Formats: sequence, structure tokens, C-alpha cells
Amino acid sequence: MDGTSRLNRRGFLTRISAAGGALLLGGCDQLSQSPTFRDFLSKAEGATQRLQRLALSSRSMAREYSASDLSANFKANGSTNVENPIYQTHVAQGFSNWRLRIDGLVERPTELTLDELRLLPSRTQITRHDCVEGWSAIGKWKGAQLGPLLQSSGLKPEARYLVFHCADTLGLGAPYYESIDLIDAFHPQTILAYDMNDTALPVPHGAPIRLRVERQLGYKHAKYVMRIEAVSALAMIGGGHGGFWEDRGYEWYAGI
Amino acid sequence: MDAQSRDAKDDAVAQSDVIYRHTLPVRVTHWVNVLCLLVLLMSGLQIFNAHSRLYFGNRSDPEHAVLVIRAVQKEDGTPAGLTTIGNLTFDTTGVLGLSNGGDGQLEPRGFPSWITLPSYRDLATGRRWHFFFAWMFVLNGLAYLAYSLSSGHLRDDLLPTRPQLRDIGHDILEHLRLRFAKGEEAKRYNVLQKLAYLAVVLVLLPLVVLSGLTMSPGLDAAFPFLLDFFGGRQSARTIHFLCATGIVLFVIVHVLMVLVSGVWNNLRSMVTGRYRIEPAE
Repeated sequence: MDGTSRLNRRGFLTRISAAGGALLLGGCDQLSQSPTFRDFLSKAEGATQRLQRLALSSRSMAREYSASDLSANFKANGSTNVENPIYQTHVAQGFSNWRLRIDGLVERPTELTLDELRLLPSRTQITRHDCVEGWSAIGKWKGAQLGPLLQSSGLKPEARYLVFHCADTLGLGAPYYESIDLIDAFHPQTILAYDMNDTALPVPHGAPIRLRVERQLGYKHAKYVMRIEAVSALAMIGGGHGGFWEDRGYEWYAGI
Repeated sequence: MDAQSRDAKDDAVAQSDVIYRHTLPVRVTHWVNVLCLLVLLMSGLQIFNAHSRLYFGNRSDPEHAVLVIRAVQKEDGTPAGLTTIGNLTFDTTGVLGLSNGGDGQLEPRGFPSWITLPSYRDLATGRRWHFFFAWMFVLNGLAYLAYSLSSGHLRDDLLPTRPQLRDIGHDILEHLRLRFAKGEEAKRYNVLQKLAYLAVVLVLLPLVVLSGLTMSPGLDAAFPFLLDFFGGRQSARTIHFLCATGIVLFVIVHVLMVLVSGVWNNLRSMVTGRYRIEPAE
């Protein structure tokens, strides 16, 4: 065999493997976009949720850190401000006229001022915020525990989820929202945080309150929470998957 | 082919010994593992690309990153991909930091599109692939371990014998000359094979799973010792990446050794189980 034909053969083999690789990648991209295949892949989410819920007792706590572990610069991700004039008025007034509404499947729909929230049973915790992108930051949070708040509103027996409606919009103006189930809602570390690192929650981090649900990823920790709605199912809300990012392909159970 | 040469060929086959090398469970779990590791690597790099930096400890403080892959604008205005490991920075334009996206245009991305799953930027879908195949990988690995422990595969085939360990120096030299065992000695794994397989099966693969699980805020609450074992969530992420790198290096050496020590014989043995032993000289 002379040099040229060997080179040709090598060129041919290279082209064949490149073409094969491209075909494989193209095939995987097509699979990635097929709704049937995506549903098939997301079977793993159910398995993950069931296994994690088995491993986690209702008392398993997310690790709490010390003041020396705090991030010097806690990254503000997602929305860092809310454009709408009503929200901006609240900011200008120091949220003195702002109310948190709790409604849906509750016996006593309630509206709470920030001062009233501050008088409720609270919890302070230094925890790690894990973003789905991969980074982590440690912050100190103080807020009203969600469990007692729900108890005083009187959850109806058919209530299964809590939906957090937020003031901010992302992307093409879609309102941000999130949801958790009652297991996480009544967890002691689940709080409506109004203080961050010993000062009032800053606007980029979701003033006046953001949800902390410490055993899940960052996108579950809804910022700019305006209204908490108790519901029996998530299908009728937003895109039907239980949250802004969930409607865009992310897992509802964000424990990993 | 005439009668004479056919006879000669039959003789050659008769002289070389064909043994049953790989049992069915080993063969099945091997190929399931190949599929899982390929998908996990490519979807893992998609996930990595969402934040193409690595750290040690619990926090990701930008100033303490140990690996940074990023796109920058050079002084003359042209874009470039830079990779920084510790204090060393390399221009990796075209591969890391800045490479061709699906439309053929240069775009900022950690790893290039030909090695991520999906090829385009889509963290949510990368996660779906990753966690589905992670489940498959773990169940497959547990099945393999259960079989290997109960059948004696681990003890009989993978644990090096004392004489083998004593002669390890000789084995290394033979490997460097690409000379492989024949005859009786070829019926079992050599000592370097055994140690490599054991290290992968008992250290590298369990570590990649555990470090992956340590990135889960849920499992960190259920099993807090995971955080202490790896030294924090960001350490676990870095170790996960290093384990994946180790697996890639192992696979490269593994495939090279298959290629130089009789590719068809090796492939056949992992498909049908039958492995031909070269007669000793």
C-alpha cells in the first residue's frame, strides 16, 4: 500500500467516524426534543423523589453553618429587581403598605403586613444556597416559619401544595411562581425570610420576603413573594408543572 | 480455499485454546456501563457548562476557583477561550471557553458542543439525561457487585495473587514493550489489569456516585457525613469532575490495550464470552 492510499483510507475513516459521531449527536438532540422521550427520562425524577423522601425524615435538617462561613458576596440570581410600578412604590414606602396574602384552600384567608410577619414565630439559620447551575453561597436568613402560619390560617384537608406567587417576571414577562408540598411546608427550616445577613432582605434577593426551603435547589426559593395559595393540584396553575422553571423543563422536586 | 489450507487452518484453531472468559452477567453489565458512562459524561459536561468553574470547600467564592473556563475579549477585540488551572492560564479557543455552537458560530461555552448532551445549551435536558442514566448506572453497578461478590468473580478473577504482586515489576516492563501473556498465563487477568479493574470498580466508580450525591441538598440533609467526607459541596463537585476525568483516562488506556492485544478476540470475548488463548512459544 503506498502512502497516498493509506492517507486516503485514514481520511475516509476520519470522515466516517466524524459522520457517525455527528449522526449520533444529532440523534441524541432529536431524542432530547421528543416529548415522549423526555417524559421517559423524567421517570427518574419520581424515583429520586421517592428515595430522597424515604431517606429524609421530616426532621432531617439541612446543614447549618457558622458566621465565619458566610459568603462575602452572595450572588443574586434570576430577577434582581421588579420593574412594575406597584412594586416600586412598595420599595419607596419601605413595604409599609405591602401585604402578604394567604388564600386558596384555607379556612381563614389572611393578609399580613411585614410588621405582623416579624411578630410571628421565627427562625434564624445560616445555610448553603445551592444553585441548579452548580455554584453555592452561604447566607444568614431570619424569617417566619411557614408551618405555624399555615396552621393559623387553617389549611383545608384537601390542600396538598402551596403555591408562591411572586412579583417578578423573567424572560418574556412570565410571572415567577413556585410550589412545595406539605412535607417541605411544615419543615422547621422552611421560612419566609425577611432578613438576610442581619439586615432587611435587599431588593436583589427578593424583598420583602423570599421562601427558604433548604433541602432543595435555589430555584425553589421564590423571591418577591406576594401571595401564598393553598391548592389541591398544580395542573391549573401557570404552565401546569408547579413553577416557572418547572414549566421550562426543570424538575419540580429539586432535591438534587 | 483448497482442502490443504483448510486443514492447516483447522489445525491452527485446534492448537489455540478457546476459553469461556466472561460470564453473561459480566458481559451485560459491561455494555450497560459503557452506555451509561458515555451519556453521563456528555450530559455531565452539559451540566458543568452551566457554571464552568470548580472550587474546594462549601462556597463558590469567585476568587478561590481552582479551575475557570471562560470566554474573554482580547485587547485587539477578538474573542478567545481561556482555561485557568490554579495560576496557569491557557488559550483554549476552539475547544474550551469559546467554540462553535450548533450554528457554526463561535460562542462562549465551557466544553464544546460535540461532547455535550444535548449539543446545544440546555441545562434542564442535560439534567434529565444525567439523572436517568445515573439511576441506570447505579442499579447496573449494584447488580454487578452483587454478582461479583456472590459468584466469586471478584475474589477469583480480580484479586491479584501473591506471586502476581511479587512479579509486578516484570509485568510493567512487559506491558511497556506491549508484550502480552500467552498460553496458561493468558487464561487469567494479569496483575496490572486486576489492579486497574479493582481500582475502577471499588474506588473510582463508587466515588463518582458518592460525590455526585453530595451535590444534592436533599441527601446532604439525610446523610450529613457526605459533606464531611468530601469536604463540602463544592469539593464534592470538583471531586466528581476529577473522578470523571479518571474514568475517561481509564477508558482511553483500556481501549488502547484492547486495540494492541487483539481487538477482535477481546471484543468477541466481551460479546460471546469466548476468548482465544495464544499458545505459549
